[in-house]
Amino acid sequence: MNSLFSQEVPLSWYLLLSAVLFSLGVIGFLIKRNLITVFMSIELMLNAVNLSFVTFAHEWHAVKGQIFVFFVMMVAAAEAAVGLAIIIAVFRARATLAVDRIDLMKL
Amino acid sequence: MNAYFHLRLIPLAPFAGFLINGILGRRLPKWLVTTVALIAPLAAFGLVLIAVLGCFGMGKGFIPAIASLPLTETCPLAWIDSGALHIDFSFVLDQLSLVMLLVVTGVGFLIHVYSVGYMSDDEGYARYFSFLNLFLFFMTVLVLAGNALVMFVGWEGVGLASYLLIGFYFQKKSAADAGKKAFIVNRIGDFGFLIGMFLLLANFGTLTFAAIGEKLTANPGWQGGVLTIIALCLLLGAAGKSAQLPLYIWLPDAMEGPTPVSALIHAATMVTAGVYMIARTHILFDHSPFALSVVAIVGAATALFAATIGVVQHDIKRVLAYSTISQLGYMFLGCGVAAYSAAIFHLMTHAFFKALLFLAAGSVIHAMGGEQDLCKMGGLWKKLPVTFAVTTVGVLAIAGIFPFAGFFSKDAILYAAYTQGANGRVLWFVGLVTALLTSFYMFRLWYKAFLGESRSPDVHPHESPLSMMVPLVILAALSICGGWIGMGRFGAFLAPSTGLKAAESGSAHLEVILSITAVAVALLGWLVADRFYRQRPGRAAQMAANNPGSYELVLNKYYVDELYGYTVVKPLLGFSKYLLGWFVDTALLGGGAWLLGGTATFAGALLQRWQSGNIRSYAAWLAAGAAAALLFIVVPWSTVWPASLNLIWKIAGH
Repeated sequence: MNSLFSQEVPLSWYLLLSAVLFSLGVIGFLIKRNLITVFMSIELMLNAVNLSFVTFAHEWHAVKGQIFVFFVMMVAAAEAAVGLAIIIAVFRARATLAVDRIDLMKL
Repeated sequence: MNAYFHLRLIPLAPFAGFLINGILGRRLPKWLVTTVALIAPLAAFGLVLIAVLGCFGMGKGFIPAIASLPLTETCPLAWIDSGALHIDFSFVLDQLSLVMLLVVTGVGFLIHVYSVGYMSDDEGYARYFSFLNLFLFFMTVLVLAGNALVMFVGWEGVGLASYLLIGFYFQKKSAADAGKKAFIVNRIGDFGFLIGMFLLLANFGTLTFAAIGEKLTANPGWQGGVLTIIALCLLLGAAGKSAQLPLYIWLPDAMEGPTPVSALIHAATMVTAGVYMIARTHILFDHSPFALSVVAIVGAATALFAATIGVVQHDIKRVLAYSTISQLGYMFLGCGVAAYSAAIFHLMTHAFFKALLFLAAGSVIHAMGGEQDLCKMGGLWKKLPVTFAVTTVGVLAIAGIFPFAGFFSKDAILYAAYTQGANGRVLWFVGLVTALLTSFYMFRLWYKAFLGESRSPDVHPHESPLSMMVPLVILAALSICGGWIGMGRFGAFLAPSTGLKAAESGSAHLEVILSITAVAVALLGWLVADRFYRQRPGRAAQMAANNPGSYELVLNKYYVDELYGYTVVKPLLGFSKYLLGWFVDTALLGGGAWLLGGTATFAGALLQRWQSGNIRSYAAWLAAGAAAALLFIVVPWSTVWPASLNLIWKIAGH
């Protein structure tokens, strides 16, 4: 039976999904105001990249891509810890999480 | 040679004094400053004396045996080594520099001693002595120089020291201006010296005096031409430093400095550097009769010109300044008739008696509480007996009365001029008239300052301290017997350096007649001064009133300063102010700088909007950049570009 499920999912679909997720992340980063949402958008972008890594690892039967994913996850975890700490600090200091009001670096 | 005796130690001793007093002087106690300031020139003088003893075959113990002059000492490292150009930092000790060194360090030391008394109350005591030591350093470098470039180092250095010391009382505007004037006028002369050096390099490939001399001796037929130009350039340099026409104007103003400075720098040593330089490069002048006669004419003209101005000056130091210019003219006259050793002889005796006269004038000024006007002095001989006695010696010496020092040297120059042919007679006559004027104005000074009745009854002069008296007495002794060595022996000693001048038509008989004439003229000057200022004191003023035009002309120094002001200084200032200052500086350079800065500021104002402080805008730019990079990598530009260009081409209608 040549059904939809017996076939392999083509490579391009994975990549397309990865690109869509990445773009959603970028758009979320650009248009969202809440700092936590922005932070989540970054995570989304990272995971989109992770998806393309594992895709290629599967396609070429190479383990390198998977190792890379572990690295990215690890760094993302560290970054999440630091980032959340910053967010808490910012909230304590300014009582807001709106990114466009956190503009102390402005000239 | 002994291991410890080096020529370089002679300049280095005063230099060490300069460093110590210049850096630490303000913090050291006064007695230590004095000790350092006196030891430095004394050490230099001692080294020169040791060299003298060594030269006369007394090399024993710590005195080096100097077998033969010239003694050369070269710095082992090449100073300038660039292609064909090779210049060493070298010192040469020969008969000429030996005599000059004795004068410079000897008189220099005496004036240092005198300054201890004269400057004792001054705030800038340490500064004064550090400058004085600096001067001695550069002067000894100048004298010892083995090539023209080393000489130039000393030459510029003494100019610097002179500038610093003329403007010593820099709070006074006239003193600061006088320093600037001296420096700028000297620059004109230095320009000539520099051009002369470049021409020497171009034509000889070396600046070493000995090498130039050898080349010229090997080519006796090489006369005039470029040698004349070189000699005239050097003469311009010498005229600037030695205050000759037309560059003499700085010297009278230089009297703004402390009086011992006037004695050391502007009478005894620095201003004679021009004469020394001509004597040092005399071989060039010997190969150019034209340049030599220019030297003689400049010298004679300066001697007469300055003497006439000296007759009517009222400031005691200015009388002496014009007399210095006049006596320097004599030395140039001596050089101009190729009697270099006579010129150096006069340089030496002049250093003695003019330093004496200046220091005595300093003693008078000191006693009068800063008064320099001759008309307010008078009758000082009772109050200042020692000063009076030494001034009398100095006046007799400069007037050329037998057997004082000035007689021998002046006579040697006049004799050399007289035996120089028909033109020489004219020079001799000018020299004789100058001698008459010299005698007159010096005795005028003598009468006005020391004899007659006191004209300032409320001033109570007192004799100066011992440290000022001792140098005066020593210099007085030198002014009496400095000439007794005689021109013959002196010339014979200097002959290896300056050559012996063969008199064309001289004889002992003629020499005696000329000497008697010179002394008679000097006595005549005395007689006239006596008539004017002792017997009938009102006569001079009456004569001045009868000839107001000529009196004003001379009193105002022939309006030369004003003439230079209108013809040179004013146009130059206008040129600097409007063309250079306004157009070039403000408009071109300032405008250009403003344009550059403005562009940067404007671009910054535009670009700073990027730095919005908004994270999302940064992220958007980041994303846009990433997208652009992606586009650049993904799109196959090598095929897209030609295709799109083709398309445009077709649309355009081809």
